[in-house]
Amino acid sequence: MHPAPSIIAFTTFSGLGLGLLFWLGVDPDAPTGWIAFAFFLIGYVLAIGGLMASTLHLGRPERALKAFTQWRSSWLSREAWTACAALVVMGIYAALLVFFGLQVHVLGWLGAILCLATVFTTSMIYTQLKTVPRWHHWSTPVLFQLYALGGGALLSGRVTTGLVLIGLAALAQGGWWLAGDRRLAASGTTIESATGLGQIGRVRAFEPPHTGSNYLLREMVFVVGRKHAHKLRLIALGLMVVLPAFLLLLPFGHWLAVLAVLAHVAGVLTARWLFFAEAEHVVGLYYGKR
Amino acid sequence: MTTLPEQTTRSLGLVIDLDTCVGCHACVISCKGWNTENYGAPLSDQDPYGADPSGTFLNRVHSYEVQPDDAPAQLVHFPKSCLHCQDAPCVTVCPTGASYKRTEDGIVLVNETDCIGCGLCAWACPYGARELDLAEGVMKKCTLCVDRIYNETLPEEDRTPACVRTCPAGARHFGDLSDPDSDVSRLVADRGGMDLMPEQGTKPVNKYLPPRPRDSWQGEVDVLAPFLEPVAEEPRGFLAWIDKTLEKL
Amino acid sequence: MAQPRVETSPRVSDEVRKTTCYMCACRCGINVHMKDCKVAYIEGNRDHPVNKGVLCAKGSAGIMQHNAPSRLRAPLKRVGPRGSGRFEEISWDEALETAVSWLKPLRETAPEKLAFFTGRDQSQSFTGWWAQAYGTPNFAAHGGFCSVNMATAGIYTMGGAFWEFGAPDWEHARLFLLFGVAEDHDSNPIKMGLGRLKARGAKVIGVNPIRSGYNAVADDWIGITPGTDGLLILSLVHCLLKAGRIDLDYLARFTNAPVLLDCDPKSPDYGLFLRGEDGKPQVICRESGKPTAFDAPGVRPDLTGQIRRAGVTHTSVMHRIAERYLDPQYAPEAVAERCGLTPERIRALAAELARAAFDDPVILDQPWTDFRGERHDRMVGRPVAIHAMRGISAHANGFQTCRALHILQILLGAVETPGGMRFKPPYPKPAEAHPRPHAQAAPGQPLKGPHLGYPQGPEDLALSDKGQPLRIDKAFTWENPLSAHGLMHMVISNAHAGDPYRIDTLFLYMANMAWNSSMNTSGVMEMLTDTDENGDYKIPRIIYSDAYSSEMVAYADLILPDTTYLERHDCISLLDRPISEPDAAADAIRWPVVEPDRDVRGFQSVLLDLGARLGLPGMIDEDGTPTYADYADYIQTHQRRPGIGPLAGWRMSDTGLTHGRGAPNAAQIDSYIANGGHFAMHIPVEAQYFKPWNRAYQDWAVTAGLCDSAAPYLFQLYVEPLRRFQRAAEGQGDRQPPDHLRGQIRAKLDPMPIWYAPDAGDPGTYPVHALTQRPMAMYHSWGSQNAWLRQLHGHNPMYLPTRLMRDHGLSDGDWARITSPHGDITVPVMEMAALNPHTIWTWNAIGKRKGAWALKPGAPEATQGFLLNHLIHELLPPKGDGLRWSNSDPVTGQAAWFDLRVRIEKVTPPAGSQPSFGEITSPVGQGPAQLAWKTKP
Repeated sequence: MHPAPSIIAFTTFSGLGLGLLFWLGVDPDAPTGWIAFAFFLIGYVLAIGGLMASTLHLGRPERALKAFTQWRSSWLSREAWTACAALVVMGIYAALLVFFGLQVHVLGWLGAILCLATVFTTSMIYTQLKTVPRWHHWSTPVLFQLYALGGGALLSGRVTTGLVLIGLAALAQGGWWLAGDRRLAASGTTIESATGLGQIGRVRAFEPPHTGSNYLLREMVFVVGRKHAHKLRLIALGLMVVLPAFLLLLPFGHWLAVLAVLAHVAGVLTARWLFFAEAEHVVGLYYGKR
Repeated sequence: MTTLPEQTTRSLGLVIDLDTCVGCHACVISCKGWNTENYGAPLSDQDPYGADPSGTFLNRVHSYEVQPDDAPAQLVHFPKSCLHCQDAPCVTVCPTGASYKRTEDGIVLVNETDCIGCGLCAWACPYGARELDLAEGVMKKCTLCVDRIYNETLPEEDRTPACVRTCPAGARHFGDLSDPDSDVSRLVADRGGMDLMPEQGTKPVNKYLPPRPRDSWQGEVDVLAPFLEPVAEEPRGFLAWIDKTLEKL
Repeated sequence: MAQPRVETSPRVSDEVRKTTCYMCACRCGINVHMKDCKVAYIEGNRDHPVNKGVLCAKGSAGIMQHNAPSRLRAPLKRVGPRGSGRFEEISWDEALETAVSWLKPLRETAPEKLAFFTGRDQSQSFTGWWAQAYGTPNFAAHGGFCSVNMATAGIYTMGGAFWEFGAPDWEHARLFLLFGVAEDHDSNPIKMGLGRLKARGAKVIGVNPIRSGYNAVADDWIGITPGTDGLLILSLVHCLLKAGRIDLDYLARFTNAPVLLDCDPKSPDYGLFLRGEDGKPQVICRESGKPTAFDAPGVRPDLTGQIRRAGVTHTSVMHRIAERYLDPQYAPEAVAERCGLTPERIRALAAELARAAFDDPVILDQPWTDFRGERHDRMVGRPVAIHAMRGISAHANGFQTCRALHILQILLGAVETPGGMRFKPPYPKPAEAHPRPHAQAAPGQPLKGPHLGYPQGPEDLALSDKGQPLRIDKAFTWENPLSAHGLMHMVISNAHAGDPYRIDTLFLYMANMAWNSSMNTSGVMEMLTDTDENGDYKIPRIIYSDAYSSEMVAYADLILPDTTYLERHDCISLLDRPISEPDAAADAIRWPVVEPDRDVRGFQSVLLDLGARLGLPGMIDEDGTPTYADYADYIQTHQRRPGIGPLAGWRMSDTGLTHGRGAPNAAQIDSYIANGGHFAMHIPVEAQYFKPWNRAYQDWAVTAGLCDSAAPYLFQLYVEPLRRFQRAAEGQGDRQPPDHLRGQIRAKLDPMPIWYAPDAGDPGTYPVHALTQRPMAMYHSWGSQNAWLRQLHGHNPMYLPTRLMRDHGLSDGDWARITSPHGDITVPVMEMAALNPHTIWTWNAIGKRKGAWALKPGAPEATQGFLLNHLIHELLPPKGDGLRWSNSDPVTGQAAWFDLRVRIEKVTPPAGSQPSFGEITSPVGQGPAQLAWKTKP
């Protein structure tokens, strides 16, 4: 799949933001006042910024509100609802904390659940796609949740929890990559099944339908070299977990913490780039690109 | 309308004969012409006279080389457009209800005024049947020429999809695949019509007829040999044979 | 939520205008849907005899051609050097006066100094008539590098050929054998026919080095080595003769197999027919045992006849056939390796032919009467249909190969019989019924007859009294005596060399000679710009007419911009190459379904205007006023012979409208428009088969105006005119070939088919054959200016068979240098398994010159696309005999571009395909950045 910056930004930043909001929601002793304002601001900027970025991907962003209509069947529509619900509920929770110093735990917990639900619906947009075997697995939502929780924990200043969670996320990510590498082959979808010509013999794509490019190739057929991908995986893991862990295990310092978070975000962005770039859409089989 | 109908009254679709398709792209361009001028937004082209021309097409013809174990390689031309699946994943993923499957005939359509151009339906389609038009920002797909097949301003015989009407080799057939007695259903039954990517569970309505066996002469060598039984080895004997044969005529 | 309401009956158009397509040479009928007075949609015309409603990709993309940004907008005068593309727009008056100022003095002094050649012209009977009136011998169209071998071999052998002149009997054929590259000739009818065969379960066998297109759907593929088709065919003939699987009755009645030949090598008439006092070839009648005219009523020709007369033995042609083709040199075992096949494969094919032809003949319960007066109570046919085109034609052995193919068809009894190949009116028409060439120019005078024709012997050659070629292209000379379509591909190099003489003005129409329509493309560009010692161009003046900004435009001095095909009048005439079908004579028109929005004029109208300004006979009345207002007026009122005009439908008789013969009708074009742009005269059922010998057909043809008297004839297994040239080469007669050509003429102008290996490079140094094919969705260079079509084929790889890919360590997307004896190109490669292992190929005419066709300079056609033409020269490499031999067929002069041999080397990818040439200035600018075509929002 094409690693579109808008979608990478969307999933990464909304995940981090919602993760942060989650931790603020479940915090038994949440900050109040200006400190709360600062935390919630970061959470909202990331979450809303991410969601706004996703609209850059739309052909007709001015019609985006129509996406709320199909919550019964569409994960994207559900995501729109959960995101709004999460942001509204957390907004009330935050306003009470910031302006009144009042923590309504029920609201916090409800908001936190909605935050995770939003991350879940986001992940389900990808997970539901049978056409992308690498994504089409229960582990994808788990991975998204771990990223959101881990990144959120780091952002909220929960160093130990954060490190444990990003460690888990890294482990999950490693497993997901290794398992994912085999999932297209395991899906049973091949150029032979795609063309129905396997009865006759081995099938090889000959001339493409058009010599030029097209939407399908640009959007769904992105080929990243195996060596290149492996290097990027290591970089992603290094940035996402190893470097932050190193920085945070040093004597605490704000700048180090900021650096750790930035390294983590850069690592997640890299991993997310790979999430799309490495994902094989079965339509590529028709073009002999797999 | 993102939920799929339980059942459709009819299942209109195409049967594409891979034994006959010569790969001429007539269907591709006829489709482009009709759907540029008709249903919804025109199918636009970007950089049409430049270095990277690229446009929206609802039907494209691939080609594949197939290598049997013991015969020469074959080339198969392979037209592909929306298969109007019974279990169309492109419909259920749509967040706005723009994509829907019609209850009366099973045609999968995009209501362009509701489309936000998120592209998720194209991601959900295993066949690459949907293309986002870059000029209009909405998803385009085969309509099975819904604006031709019922069009009362067209002569009755022209009420078929543009690609079917134009196909010079007659490799494309249109009809109701839910009716076992329809011409298309019979073709599918007689010729072993197949689904593309059956494992994806989309239950495509469109069917493909596989190429008939090729290059089977080696199996016929014994049957053919008697046809070359010599009547003579050299000219004199041959001319005598002619004389004798003509006498008998 | 309710399902949205969809408008299922939108108005498709305000009006449908029916005209004829010109997106290729197929001439299908199209329905042009008009909305808001603009072209909205184009589809096939269901009532049209050619396409019956279907339409190919090109036809459907006509709307993009009609609106292409590459359309020329006004007459142009060159202001930069030739080849720069720098022009200024001028008025039509200035353009025409300029042309007149060049052409008038030439006509008065030396009309041959005008060379007028047309490319993909569909009005050759008109352009030829104009050239004849002007008086230059130098006229032809593009047939010389297209398929003249096919046409000439067909006409001399059977009085008809494939494509425009004949078609398979799709309805009855059970075995269809397709030879050579034939994806465009003809386009839709073959696809439709293949579809019909497939629907009936008939068998299709493809003989072609490349298994693409039609060969991809063939049930059996025979991946022959290029240039060896003739050898395979003669081996099939060998097998069939030996097994007696030939149609003896057909051969005896309808062919010259029983005609008696002088077979005494010492006789002056050696190899000529025994003729009666009336000049008619003689056969032995099996009833009387006596020599009799072949067409005498009641004669029963004896296939094995022989007679001794005046001390000279005469035996039937059948003796020759038996002697030559039963020879073991044609046995499958002897030829298989050269053909790249196995003997078993060849035998299986021969047996398949035998089975299809004789096991289950087609029998139609249709009585008919033959030319000898014999009544037949039914029509028996051989359901084996064969079609071929350039693949076997564009070789130096192409004429004899095409002849061999026709001999095979005839031996099977599969021509003009049910299930075989059928002629389309005005064919059948034997070579003798065609004109002879005319080439003697005289100042101020028209030429005495048509330029092109079918020589019957050395006396018909276009040579001066001193034996010098009269035509600039050296057509109808000893080098290529039967060059019936002229040799357009030789015009520029001969004119540049001043050999046989210098010309003044080169006038071209619709022929991209500065690019894909020339061999040796870079050489041609140099010749067009080369100057003499005074700095003047060696070809002093070039006038060019085209509708689009092609590469050739840049090389002309004066441009006469043509209209698009939707803006013009045309007639697809029975005088030329009509749209007839085997069951009907048919012709068609084009008419302006839209008016041009630019200052352009239909070329034919411009030619009439020029003709009138030049005062050409037939184009001005006695008072000096133009006879024809424009081409439409000519189409309706011109008469070639009394009662015969360009269009056959809706002419006038004493009693009203009539068809075929009749006086001109001022409302004729309106009648065509009302009938959907075409007209057909159906052949009576009794006359639909056995046409050359069928009395009912012969009588019908006279009534219909196709010929003036019945002229039944025999199929020529043995072509006597070829023998006449051989005799000259042996020293007989007044007209003698130059000595260096005697051997070639003796060897290659054999009156019975032979095979010889083409000679286009040393197989050791150049071990690989290289071919081009035209994709079905593109036509010549036109497709690249078409926004829709160029997305299908925007660049072209060189396809290599698996073996060569491995041998050279290549994989898809790598680049290779391809070297021929003439030059080299560097191009991207791609693997293809379904390919003859010694052959590489690419798509034709995708490569474009930067700046042409209103494309941007980065267009892939110019950066990755390439032409194979750079590797092919009009001459063969020097052989060390001090002579440069033509790279063509020695019989017809057909350019032998399929003989190309090359070698391959892997190279590091260059920036773009090589050779590349500088950018030419586009006289029309460049196209827009985005297209979203719709007549109304």
